[in-house]
Amino acid sequence: MDSTVVNEHIDHAVEDHAHEHHGNFITNYIFSTDHKIIAKQYLITGIFWAIIGGGMSMIFRLQLGFPEATMEWLRPLLGDWITSTGKLDPEFYLALVTMHGTIMVFFVLTAGLSGTFSNYLIPLQIGARDMASGFMNMLSYWFFFVSSVVMFISIFIETGPASGGWVIYPPLSALPQAISGSGLGMTLWLVSIALFIVSTLLGGINYITTIINLRTKGMSFTKLPLTIWSFFFTATIGLLSFPVLLGAALLLIFDRSFGTSFYLSEIYIAGEALPNMGGSPILFQHLFWFLGHPEVYIVIMPAFGITSEIISTNSRKPIFGYKAMIISLLGITVLSFVVWAHHMFVSGMNPFLGSIFMLLTLIIAIPSAVKVFNYLTTLWKGNIIFTPAMLFSIGLVSFFISGGLTGLFVGNSAVDIQLHDTYFIVAHFHLVMGSAAFFGMIAGVYHWFPKMFGRMMDNKLGYIHFWLSFVGIYMVFFPMHYIGIAGFPRRYYSFTNFDAFSTFVDLNAFVSIAALITFAAQFIFLFNFFYSIYRGKKAPENPWNSNTLEWTTPRNPGHGNWPGEIPTVYRWPYDYSKPGAKEDFIPQNIPFSKTPESNLPHEVKEIEKEKAVEKA
Amino acid sequence: MVDQNIHIGEPKATLSMHPKKFALWLFIVSIVMLFAALTSAYIVKQADGNWLSFELPKIFILSTAIIMISSLTMHLSYLAAKRDSLGRIKWLLFITVVLGFLFLLTQYMSWSELVKENVFFVSNYASGSFIYIFTGVHGLHLISGIIFLLITFGKSLKAEVHSKNLVLIEMCMTYWHFLGGLWLYLYVFLLFNL
Ligand code: HEM
Ligand SMILES: [Cu+2]
Repeated sequence: MDSTVVNEHIDHAVEDHAHEHHGNFITNYIFSTDHKIIAKQYLITGIFWAIIGGGMSMIFRLQLGFPEATMEWLRPLLGDWITSTGKLDPEFYLALVTMHGTIMVFFVLTAGLSGTFSNYLIPLQIGARDMASGFMNMLSYWFFFVSSVVMFISIFIETGPASGGWVIYPPLSALPQAISGSGLGMTLWLVSIALFIVSTLLGGINYITTIINLRTKGMSFTKLPLTIWSFFFTATIGLLSFPVLLGAALLLIFDRSFGTSFYLSEIYIAGEALPNMGGSPILFQHLFWFLGHPEVYIVIMPAFGITSEIISTNSRKPIFGYKAMIISLLGITVLSFVVWAHHMFVSGMNPFLGSIFMLLTLIIAIPSAVKVFNYLTTLWKGNIIFTPAMLFSIGLVSFFISGGLTGLFVGNSAVDIQLHDTYFIVAHFHLVMGSAAFFGMIAGVYHWFPKMFGRMMDNKLGYIHFWLSFVGIYMVFFPMHYIGIAGFPRRYYSFTNFDAFSTFVDLNAFVSIAALITFAAQFIFLFNFFYSIYRGKKAPENPWNSNTLEWTTPRNPGHGNWPGEIPTVYRWPYDYSKPGAKEDFIPQNIPFSKTPESNLPHEVKEIEKEKAVEKA
Repeated sequence: MVDQNIHIGEPKATLSMHPKKFALWLFIVSIVMLFAALTSAYIVKQADGNWLSFELPKIFILSTAIIMISSLTMHLSYLAAKRDSLGRIKWLLFITVVLGFLFLLTQYMSWSELVKENVFFVSNYASGSFIYIFTGVHGLHLISGIIFLLITFGKSLKAEVHSKNLVLIEMCMTYWHFLGGLWLYLYVFLLFNL
């Protein structure tokens, strides 16, 4: 058959989006396929969850700090979860810590952080009109949305939400007889997380594809901003680890609802033997932490990327060790898959295996330290501009150092016997992951707000927000090291039941007050955020004199990002304070042929190549 | 060849791979990880004891043959698309779909064979449960593969699959070969590890 007869429908790799998009409110703002709108949807949903997750921690901090106080005033909100004596129901306490962990790790610091900034920055910084597949991107958000709805509903059901900890270890999470949250609440948790995994995979596939395939002319891998590198590795980790969690969850679902015995072995409840035999709860721990450990890097790496960008811009200096930064991100990515069993040193795992994992765990400290070193050397002798974003980025570095040091403690399998499952661990990961990644996210919002909403956030409020948060977070988590070394286990409802710990009553009250203040300070940010969306000062196109491509777009980039042609890239993103240059920054789209005064010898040769790039 | 017509006034893609094909490969990677997790769970559990050994269902030989033949017909259909023999594309795709359903049927029959052998999904021996999980989860993915085949088949009926528009059938072929290969892996894995 002649091929001219057939329908010549040619598959477009990317459709041309240069034109303005005309749609109605629903297609433009709700079921939008524009990466910038989707990013904002992720951000707003993430903020919503952060308020809920943070609010929960306030309730259990009140319980820990002031065990004698009445919680009667919370009855209108919590109903029967407040016992008749005006106390927090102990099982609900466990539900709260479980939900707090799940929400913060997955919904805020994975979806809210990666979802927002990968979506927003990837096309803008690599010079693309949109993501590789806008539709898949939209789908990714809506899977996250439905997952959120399911998790939200689970908070309000009568038997309570999942209560076995965010790590949902069976048998506790498998047996409703053991804790009421392991009934319907746990089922909803599993459904929600399954949807969440689908969302993450859809998003991640899109991020990787876009970064690899849709870079603009001249944007070689060695000219990519570190933000993009970090999003790339983050998505790679997610792609490799989340399916494993799906597998773990699948087997758990069958154990819970169908009667298989993957994880459940001989168990007696109230003197009655369960039919299950021969299962292995440690198997679940292996599968869970094979995701769980990479997950903590999924959380921190985007924050690293954001920090690299902000610190370099606001030190007015090139990032120190650009290649070393990429290699250490790569190192972290690879190593993050071979250290998972450091969460299981005391699980009954073979101690010899434990020492292997200890070695690997301590090796991962090296790339982490390289990154910290490079941040500090970038700051060193820079012309530092203390914008709120910069302060939060420096805060991140500080938290990462403090929390990383305790990582070296707990990474030793012998030391960990004492510290495992105590408040020391809580202190470790809240500093190194929780607070550091949270600061990265906040820094990102302050930094890219002008591009996202076309207006500036208020600096003064930003400073107040920073100092209250920074000091507050240290006040909250530093004392926890002592409580932990003294041996107090995490996830316990009450300190006061044990005489040994009554000396910590004051310290706990102190921590709780600091936590309340820190939480309250976040409302300054919320006010600043929402107020500035409508009333903030109008932003210039490039408020921070930054080099990356997103700042070459109009004040409010439309559908397709650049009204005309996409800019071509000629140089790396960190030409700050280049000797001889007229200004202290040279954006990526300025060719070397236009900057003869500052070109280095090897860059003069680049001018020849530029002509070739333009023709391509 | 297709890529030349697009991006007029747009920067050229920095890598020549089609983004959708690339995304499909990434999706395949995630499925590989899922099965890597399940099969390594199998090995860890086996080392743990309480293991029941039994004969693999004989019908697996048949189902393996079916899925391999379906890979062949899929490939022939692709070759037909390259040569623009539109009629053959349709027929070969259709046969592939039928073989896909046959494969699912034989997998289902393997379950009855297992039950006859007293190997149940719900039991205290994870070895048995795992076989059901492997075949079941693989089957679910195979259904998605059949849906993909049907979409391609639908397009071929409208003469939209031809040498100038190969992306869809190429992706379909990649996915289908992958699903066949995945089953082969699972089968060999079970042969050696039961
Ligand atoms: C300097 C390198 C690090 C080392 C050596 C290290 C080591 C460890 C070890 C051994 C544990 C298990 C402690 C126990 O449960 O007994 C642990 C827990 C944890 N680490 Fe780290 N860590 C490091 C960095 C990080 C980073 C960068 C993050 C996150 C971004 C992180 C997040 C966590 C979390 C979330 C937990 C607790 C999980 C839980 O049980 O709920 N760690 N760390
Ligand atoms: Cu870890």
